[in-house]
Amino acid sequence: MSRTVRIIRTGPQALVQDLGRPGNAHLGVPPSGAVDPRSLKLANRLVGNPETAAGLELLLGGLAVEANASCTIAVTGPAVAVRVNGRLADSHHPVHLRAGDTLEIGTPGTGLRTYLALSGGVDAPEELGSRSTDLLSGIGPDPLRDNDVLELGPPNPATGADVVPPHEAPPALVIPIRLGPRDDWFENAETQLRQGSWTVSDRSNRVGTRLGGTKLNRRDGEIPSEGMITGSVQVPPDGQPVVFLNDHPTTGGYPVIGVVDPDHLRFLGQARPGTEVRFRPVDWASGSLT
Amino acid sequence: MLLRRCGTDALLVEVDSLTEVAAVRAALHGLDGIEELVPAARTVLVKGDLHGIRAALKTVDLTRVPATHPREITIPVTYDGPDLDLVAETAGTTADEVVELHTAATYEVAFCGFAPGFGYLTGLPEVLRQPRLDSPRTKVPQGSVGIAGEFTAAYPRATPGGWRLIGRTGITLFDPRSETPALLQPGDQVRFVVA
Repeated sequence: MSRTVRIIRTGPQALVQDLGRPGNAHLGVPPSGAVDPRSLKLANRLVGNPETAAGLELLLGGLAVEANASCTIAVTGPAVAVRVNGRLADSHHPVHLRAGDTLEIGTPGTGLRTYLALSGGVDAPEELGSRSTDLLSGIGPDPLRDNDVLELGPPNPATGADVVPPHEAPPALVIPIRLGPRDDWFENAETQLRQGSWTVSDRSNRVGTRLGGTKLNRRDGEIPSEGMITGSVQVPPDGQPVVFLNDHPTTGGYPVIGVVDPDHLRFLGQARPGTEVRFRPVDWASGSLT
Repeated sequence: MLLRRCGTDALLVEVDSLTEVAAVRAALHGLDGIEELVPAARTVLVKGDLHGIRAALKTVDLTRVPATHPREITIPVTYDGPDLDLVAETAGTTADEVVELHTAATYEVAFCGFAPGFGYLTGLPEVLRQPRLDSPRTKVPQGSVGIAGEFTAAYPRATPGGWRLIGRTGITLFDPRSETPALLQPGDQVRFVVA
């Protein structure tokens, strides 16, 4: 018999996400996948799934589901209230649901994205090797709606109780950035980046974290479209930088002043509108990020 | 050839022509340790093991594209696009002649971008190299075949777009559930025929 859960309410946005479909940029296909992959991997480990299993990525929490079969779940990301049949349960810890139990996830006090892993993983059809919803291209499952029923895969034996720390989403971020490939479009690119300050715009989404603040002065014009990687900091003519996240277009025509290291992108992906952002250019010669 | 650093694990290789782009792409294609290889108009973005990539780039001959056995793809087109007359007028010829020119040429997929499965095809006859529309359409129907600058292309799905539309095709250009999701991949040879 198939194991399923029913979505009672999605909250502001609920998407199926795994680790995405990198390696298809030459076809115009974005990598997609969880914006905070660390939190999704931890949630999967807590319920005995491989780290690559698909779970749900929730914007500002708010999800409620009913289990139609026994399953183990874990909620990760920023600290958030979790209730089973109305009674408080732990986040960042495996929780067992019996058939008929209702799970409700509150709104996190900080951060943006909550992850829910379910034992067996969400068994949506794969597209280009991934179950992730790509909001730019429309590849993968549609965003979830109330009353959707999700199939779960076969569960693995439990790995034993474990606890992981919540994601810390501070009100101000200092993000290491490596200059290039188009820093020569900017006068004193390093100084402009180091001295500027920005806040996360409410127009940010899975395509990119949009920043508002110091105008980055650049040459006029456009580059013939060129390939872009996740973490690229693209600067349109208005000088307000956009940091590309997982659903970014694979090519673009605005100069990229620098690239954020993959390990630091999740902090931008978890940053609420209004979060302060500064950049710390990293010396290429030093090699390592601290 | 100019190598531009792009984060910790990628390089943007900048060259002077589409021929050089094809040469760089061919030199890196199939190399171990490459995660992404994205040709574009004047660049190739490559992500992966930078040691192996830099070594392969040292020996690349930009003057010739190594002989390959490209896939050959035929796209049937109904030539009734809303801009067919505009294209004919701009070229100083007739709509029938535009169709003949467009179907006589052999094209190559230089690169993909803009949307999944959207291939930029080179090989467009000189008189068909025309600018984009002054005002882009908010919705170009799926399957539309258009021209812009040195490129021709077919829209895999409905998107906004500013290309001059000369026809439409019913062929599936992108199907994410398919074994080979994109009909067109960089390096493929393409011909258009009257449907």
